[in-house]
Amino acid sequence: MAWQALADEAAIQEEEALGVQIGSHDIAICRLDGQIYAIHNICTHQYARLSDGYIEDGCIECPLHQGRFEIKTGAACGAPVSGTLRVYPVKVEEGKVWVELGD
Amino acid sequence: MSRIQHIVIVGAGQAGARAAQALRAADTDLQITLIGEETAPPYERPALSKAVLLGEASPDSALVETSTYWSTQRIDLRTGVRVEAIAPHEGYVQLADGSRLQGDQFLLTTGSRVRPLPCAPTPRAGVYYLRTLDDCARLSTEMQAGRSMVIIGGGFIGLEVASSACARGMQVSVLEREATLLARALPAALADQIAQLHRAKGVTLHTHAQVSSIEPTEDGLGVSAVRLTDGTRIAAEVVVIGIGIIPNTELAEAAGAQSADGVVVDAYGRTTVSGLWAAGDVTNHPNAVLGRRVRLESWQNAQNQAITVAQNMLLANPVAYAEVPWFWSDQHGVNIQVAGAWEPTAQTVWRGAPNAERALAFALVEGRVVCAVALNQGAEIRFAKKLIESKRVVSAEQLADPTLKLKELLAGPPSTSTH
Repeated sequence: MAWQALADEAAIQEEEALGVQIGSHDIAICRLDGQIYAIHNICTHQYARLSDGYIEDGCIECPLHQGRFEIKTGAACGAPVSGTLRVYPVKVEEGKVWVELGD
Repeated sequence: MSRIQHIVIVGAGQAGARAAQALRAADTDLQITLIGEETAPPYERPALSKAVLLGEASPDSALVETSTYWSTQRIDLRTGVRVEAIAPHEGYVQLADGSRLQGDQFLLTTGSRVRPLPCAPTPRAGVYYLRTLDDCARLSTEMQAGRSMVIIGGGFIGLEVASSACARGMQVSVLEREATLLARALPAALADQIAQLHRAKGVTLHTHAQVSSIEPTEDGLGVSAVRLTDGTRIAAEVVVIGIGIIPNTELAEAAGAQSADGVVVDAYGRTTVSGLWAAGDVTNHPNAVLGRRVRLESWQNAQNQAITVAQNMLLANPVAYAEVPWFWSDQHGVNIQVAGAWEPTAQTVWRGAPNAERALAFALVEGRVVCAVALNQGAEIRFAKKLIESKRVVSAEQLADPTLKLKELLAGPPSTSTH
């Protein structure tokens, strides 16, 4: 599906996340230090949307059991979560957040 | 103090495992021995009443690490080994086979065991307690659609099993001794919402229910019913007992350590015996946030207190463990989270109208949040923890206003009003 415009950049506040579902993808678009990142939105532990969670110290935290993932890399930051979430390439053009979905 | 070369951890549950990892991270040369009585490698318990019990997740998914991990970290994990005694002054633990294992410092993470029901002190055919992976596997095979299950104890463990049994299509009854479920843990209105949630899913709740006996089948091979003291007979093919846990303090007591509802430790994890430390479920420890001593039976405490205490064992200047207590429960697809400790005498402030799918309540004491309870609002609990930790004075009106973000309440100037 290649690059898709998924959100208005202005809609994403610092240390907040916006959940976007498109096709089979569920993506959390986050802002950290002004930069926009996109990460797979479903926790590896149980079904929960990370965009309903909390961002601190560069990590997004699951609202169910407070498992944390590093937003830039998708890496789990310790129990109860493990593994790595997919991180999507992002670009911002003319106020829109574009995400490369791949297949 | 000469350099510590070998630390022996007694108890290979979640706390012992996290402590061992923290020790290894702090000192690559340290000899670490982790001794557990169960045969399974260290595992976490939350899923044992939920996904693993339902067969949705494998038992291996509950392991703290894969079974090969421990040797790669040069952590000497010895499972299926019972420790008979700890002698911190002499520097050894005595094992069940009579051998002694030398060590420089000792950490007790012996956890807790189920509280026995006097009329059914041990498991027998049809009667189950739920604490270990083995317990979980045995109970899971009994959970078949259409069968009847009676759960003795309307606490979190009993209610999670009720939720799982419902999902399996069983006919479920929960017996609670008190007038309401979860009376000590949650505000009454919220406990009532949880009760309604269970009833709506088909669970029959009996409160003020005192069990007098568990009746066997005629052939003696199973159970047929639970009898209450008022004579009520509730048919049951499977009985699950969840009436609390008891900290495993015996080894510490025998070693001379003070014990009072748990092994008494200071904020750093030191028992009253030099060279003997303790962490996790087994400890009775001071909590600076709550301003009193607590014994916590939570995933958070098992992990985080253990990590802090393990690090302290190697530090000249130890660090106090002082987190806002937090735990979660999942029942019928509803996520319940509690931060702090509920105080029935505190002012209860609701954020929006509570219902069985969504609710958020705060306990306010002198204008400070001391506890927050959320149904399906886990993200708010994160801010609630910070509010509790900050001891900041906030107004009930601000807390109750759902249009005012908790994040902003934390960031704004301190309120001077306590009304």
